[in-house]
Amino acid sequence: MSLISTLARLEAVSTGRAQPAATVRHRHLSARPLVFVPLTTAGEAGAPLGALVGTERDAPRLLVVPQPRDRDLRFAFLAELADVVLPYIDSYAEDVEAAERGETDPETGKRVKVEVELCADAPQLIVPSRTGVDFVRLLGRSMRFRRTAEQDPETPYPAPPRVPLLGRWLTHYGERARVPGSSLLLAMTDVLSRHWATGQSSLEDQHLGALLAWIAPPEGMTGAEAALHAELARDPRGQLLCPPAGPATDPAFDNKLLAPAFERYDRARTALAAAEDGLEADDRLGALTAAEREVRELVASRTRPTWEKVWAGIDLLRALPAGAHVEERWTRDRWSFTAHRDRITAGEPPQPRRDDAVTAANKLASREREQARLEAQEALDDPLVMAARRLSGEAFAGEVTDVVMAYSESKRPSPRPLVTVRTDDRPHLAERAKVYRSLDGKPQSAEFVGYEEEGAVVVLRILDKMGRGKEPEAGSVPEKGDRLCFTLFEHEQRGGPKLPDPEATPWTHGGPPGEAAAVPESADPVTAEDVL
Amino acid sequence: MTASSGPGAAPPAASRPAAFDPGAEASRATADILHDTLHGTHRGVVVDSPPGAGKSTLVVRAALELADAGRPLMVVAQTNAQVDDLVLRLAEKSPELPVGRLHSSDADPYDKALDDLPNVRKSAKAADLTGLSVVISTAAKWAHVKVDEPWRHAIVDEAYQMRSDSLLAVAGLFERALFVGDPGQLDPFAIVGSEQWAGLSYDPSASAITTLLAHNPELPQHRLPVSWRLPASAAPLVSDAFYPYTPFRSGTGHDDRRLSFAVASDGSGPDRVIDEAAESGWGLLELPARHTPRTDPEAVRAVATVVRRLLDRGGAATSERSADPAPLTADRIAVGTAHRDQASSVRAALAELGVTDVTVDTANRLQGREYDVTVVLHPLSGRPDATAFHLETGRLCVLASRHRHACIVVCRAGVTDLLDDYPSTEPVQLGTLVKFPDGWEANHAVLARLGEHRVGWAP
Repeated sequence: MSLISTLARLEAVSTGRAQPAATVRHRHLSARPLVFVPLTTAGEAGAPLGALVGTERDAPRLLVVPQPRDRDLRFAFLAELADVVLPYIDSYAEDVEAAERGETDPETGKRVKVEVELCADAPQLIVPSRTGVDFVRLLGRSMRFRRTAEQDPETPYPAPPRVPLLGRWLTHYGERARVPGSSLLLAMTDVLSRHWATGQSSLEDQHLGALLAWIAPPEGMTGAEAALHAELARDPRGQLLCPPAGPATDPAFDNKLLAPAFERYDRARTALAAAEDGLEADDRLGALTAAEREVRELVASRTRPTWEKVWAGIDLLRALPAGAHVEERWTRDRWSFTAHRDRITAGEPPQPRRDDAVTAANKLASREREQARLEAQEALDDPLVMAARRLSGEAFAGEVTDVVMAYSESKRPSPRPLVTVRTDDRPHLAERAKVYRSLDGKPQSAEFVGYEEEGAVVVLRILDKMGRGKEPEAGSVPEKGDRLCFTLFEHEQRGGPKLPDPEATPWTHGGPPGEAAAVPESADPVTAEDVL
Repeated sequence: MTASSGPGAAPPAASRPAAFDPGAEASRATADILHDTLHGTHRGVVVDSPPGAGKSTLVVRAALELADAGRPLMVVAQTNAQVDDLVLRLAEKSPELPVGRLHSSDADPYDKALDDLPNVRKSAKAADLTGLSVVISTAAKWAHVKVDEPWRHAIVDEAYQMRSDSLLAVAGLFERALFVGDPGQLDPFAIVGSEQWAGLSYDPSASAITTLLAHNPELPQHRLPVSWRLPASAAPLVSDAFYPYTPFRSGTGHDDRRLSFAVASDGSGPDRVIDEAAESGWGLLELPARHTPRTDPEAVRAVATVVRRLLDRGGAATSERSADPAPLTADRIAVGTAHRDQASSVRAALAELGVTDVTVDTANRLQGREYDVTVVLHPLSGRPDATAFHLETGRLCVLASRHRHACIVVCRAGVTDLLDDYPSTEPVQLGTLVKFPDGWEANHAVLARLGEHRVGWAP
């Protein structure tokens, strides 16, 4: 944790309110996000219990699995979910703009510009918490390999149409969420704690109710009191007043309310199946519907408060102006969305269970680049973030006190002006270290020459962005009196090397996938515990 | 193992017991490695090398023999400093050998000393260097090179510090390779989470050797059995604490190295710890227990004072390298820290005391370097918690294995309790290779030994 965020947390404790950790919004917020508040069943991995989902704050769609252990009902839920999510996604797939992309020509091997489509906007999914993102990933994995009757008439348990497609989209969103700075799938707790520092630990910040209690405590309460209330307060029946944001539910709710409701539902269903005539069946169908409604109401009562909180979080974030580079990062998200749309249209198979060696290496490299890019861009967009970097010696700000023109020693001397900056910061400048400042949004680099006056004054030599002539272009060299901020980190990221194609995976990494794998995957052996 | 007089064995010191002849052991290991490299049938050979075991010497020798055999060779190192160092060593051994130094297109891409070597050609384009016996560059630069026909042979240096994904990017450039590295030093790391690939044989964030051996378990694996750098006082501790299953010995005996000072101790903590370290090879200067910020001003000042006194007291180092004692000068001393801000605080404190030429750096940057005396700010000193970063085995191993004579550790009291308060809590990932020893255990082992050489700050 940086010194400044420690300070902000201490201030939050002493003032009883969360302190801003950013002055601008560092993530893109869609004008029409799809909020998804899922709940899962305790003790059964990948068994959704229900969800509130929708783009309209006052009209969420409630989806419920009245008996989560019944796989037919689970599929019915997933089919309903697909009916909500896929039209939302499709509504963005059609609206495109023309864009250019660099591609390698397969015949000549040269880089050429290709005109391609880029979706003008992309759908954005917002879940309450980080575990919600994991759940999206889990749902995606459980669905994308299913086969529908249309795809494979022989399949014994066909999935409803569109369910595998939803699985592929959720997988794509879950995977994209791992890319630093991406906004296709956001966890509200993560985004809020990026922008506010509370007086509790970052683990406690993952409780959406407690986090919001610190950011906007109710009248007459401190953040700490409100957070404690959100975490612990229970009604006379022993139920939490602020249910957890899910997908896991509170055990007291599971035991006291949910389990009996499931049992009543099961009994009503068994009774209906055993009905002997139409009249009896009608009655019993009524009882079953009532039992189902009871589960629906329980799920609604536990998802609705979280739904409201997610929207409250969106309100808080919308009040912040967007950072200057947010749009650029969102464009990358749009590329990602467009690319996946194209893969689906082209009829490519679903994402594999595991990445091959080349894909994994490519993903890791691009995420590292995005992480570095995000850190640099957030600092450039936001003086509060830059302050943290300045405190840790990775940047310094100050006033230009002197500019001396100098030239490089070469046949065609180019300008290399010496700039003296007085600063109160203490940058960790090594000998001839490179530093960068933003000049009209482009980084201009300079070289550290030396200190004067015991470190309070830094002398730099400007190296580039001064034009091609002997005299630097107007405005490209700092002037006396300018207040500037130089960073020791680069502003832009270089692209990494091109890795071999997966078909050309080298021998060190097991050779091309698909051939007899060097490390064959063996099924888990059956143990005594497997057949209880 | 019994002693044998292998070919080219270094003459053993008279005092050495006959049971272990380090020179002979080392030569035999080297001969085996070179044999497998030049005449073996496998596509790869892996060499584990403990600190200061002559890894660079081996790389240079293997490169020369491969070049002599007429096999075009590419050498992959991890940093530009390592590349330049290898080029200089090669040129020193064989000034006639045509060597290519492939470098980046940045400003000042290589050491200016290379300009004085007539047979070293430097270029940013691989095409300019074709036909040379040996071409050397960093893994990052090699990754951008494209070839029609791969090199017949490669040497990959510091392969344990290379990430699996950077090996993936260069592995297509060569047919077979010699992989050399130190398994005990810092593992490569990624700045973003890579849990989703944990347990895969080709996890891109794992070390290159882990991936290589997972896919090619039949490759011959060798290790160098003798550390020529570490003194007899240090090798057993470093071997036991960091290489429990692949022990090594020091190449010199207890009487071969001596550190003495012209100026007598003034009785202060720093002077007493210097004397203790000169006598025993280790010294622990213990400050009172306290939770501090990372750049603990008292500890930083203590480190700087120890360095100042080391220089002021006219140290002289006697070793097997020469008959006469060599003066302990600033360039023979290094300070190691865990964090960069600590290093810069120490630099500032040293500058205040008028010391300028002493190397101060983090463990990551001290890897592969060698000094007579090192002063180490303990990674856990003054910390309220023990994170995975501070517990990492490799970090402590690097800091504790850079010296030829003595290592002085500056630390606040209470680290043992801190370790006991923070057992390792890293999640267990299925299918990953568990690394031994874990940092917790290695830290305890080192502290237990250092405790025998403890000197309090105040008398």
